[in-house]
Amino acid sequence: MPDQGGMDRRAFVGDLVAACLAAGGPVLLGVVRVAEGQAAEGDPGYNAADHYYGMGIDVAKCIGCARCVAACKVENDVPPEPTYFNTWIERYVLRTDGDVDVDSPNGGLDGFPAPRDEQTILRSFFVPKLCNHCANPPCVQVCPVGATFITRDGVVLVDEQYCIGCRYCIQACPYGARYMHPEKHVAAKCTFCYHRLVKGLVPACVEVCPTGARVFGEVEKQPTPLARFLRFNDIQVLKPNLNTKPKAYYANLDGEVR
Amino acid sequence: MPQQVPRLAAVFVVAIAALLVARSILIPETFGDLGHYRAAAVDSIAARPVKYAGARTCAGCHGAIDTRRLAGNHRGVSCEVCHEAAASHASAPLSGKPTINRKRDLCVLCHAFNPSRPTGFPQVDSVAHNTRLPCIGCHQPHAPEPPVTPRECDACHGGIARQKAGSPHARLECGTCHDAPEAHRANPRATRPTKPTERAFCGGCHSGMPEGGAIPQIDLKAHGQPYMCWQCHYPHFPETG
Repeated sequence: MPDQGGMDRRAFVGDLVAACLAAGGPVLLGVVRVAEGQAAEGDPGYNAADHYYGMGIDVAKCIGCARCVAACKVENDVPPEPTYFNTWIERYVLRTDGDVDVDSPNGGLDGFPAPRDEQTILRSFFVPKLCNHCANPPCVQVCPVGATFITRDGVVLVDEQYCIGCRYCIQACPYGARYMHPEKHVAAKCTFCYHRLVKGLVPACVEVCPTGARVFGEVEKQPTPLARFLRFNDIQVLKPNLNTKPKAYYANLDGEVR
Repeated sequence: MPQQVPRLAAVFVVAIAALLVARSILIPETFGDLGHYRAAAVDSIAARPVKYAGARTCAGCHGAIDTRRLAGNHRGVSCEVCHEAAASHASAPLSGKPTINRKRDLCVLCHAFNPSRPTGFPQVDSVAHNTRLPCIGCHQPHAPEPPVTPRECDACHGGIARQKAGSPHARLECGTCHDAPEAHRANPRATRPTKPTERAFCGGCHSGMPEGGAIPQIDLKAHGQPYMCWQCHYPHFPETG
């Protein structure tokens, strides 16, 4: 083999390995260690494996007062701007000509202005919306880093310290339940008030609902108000065709609700 | 064994070792303990502070009021719906007392009329219903009652009552001219009170008495035929002199 510059193949490979060890090691070691979570503070006696949560929503009982929206913003420090909601109230106005108007001004917090053309209203009602905590959630599937996940008790959560803010999950959610937190720059959403669940409390929206339109409890096998709700109502979920298997169960839901 | 194999193997060993080192550094602690996520994140979310104490916590100290609430029509309305989040007050009762909005605008959040609200939910037209008065002046928020039947006509017919009060007919009771059945008070549109239908009814006072008294007198036969009295004179505010 003719000399082509003073280095043979063996020397090149040897140098390559040495360079990799010399340069790669410090580079890898220099990578910032990902922040570690806080020490476990779970309540003694709470075992996530014993629970599987869901929420029932009776559309016929919702009066659109938006106390749930207000309580959620307080409980979860949701940004006050009218674009960020973990839960919100939609008003549906069905017209005699088949049109459907849907609005949610400031999530319902400021009340609902009188609907236009009262003569053409066929039916009108309020629908509370929130994260459906799907058993088969598209948002969790698309997360590239594993920052959003389902807990053992069936709640879809976001790891704020690990989320890279890529917004894939916001795009993937068919229910529009996620948003980009304006200060933390991570995806944010309803947590079913997980910090309340582990203490034996119900979510803040359920606590303050004055008409009992929201019911919270275990989906299976345990005697909670949700079991009665599921037994005594015709239950529908939103967008069942997407096979997301939501755990927000709606009673008295009109077929027009998307 | 060919010479290349052990050398290539060495390269592979180094590469795999580098991968393992990188993996141990890059992947955070507790990732994968429960699934494809950081198990510690669950604990940090579970450790967030609670703001709403819950009605059961409130009842621990305010038992008497809570008992009253649970017996009334607001039994489903948790304390903190109106009194605002009170977990800080529950943990330190003497400080951080929750505020309460005592004005009308709190009550109308639920009870203002809205066509989208379910039928049967108690609603009022908040503009017309005793404007300027605070709701809690009449309705006890811990045990609200449905509206009672008004005793006086002016509860509903306030405009007429005020006008009549400044007129010569001020001292006449509504019942002098109108026969209002009791059912009208409970269900105003189903049963309506009567109105005078004949000229002779007004003539009972305004005809056939001696001239010069307090009550103006006319000759029913000569005056204003063929019209009814109230087509020219408004009975709730008749002209004087």
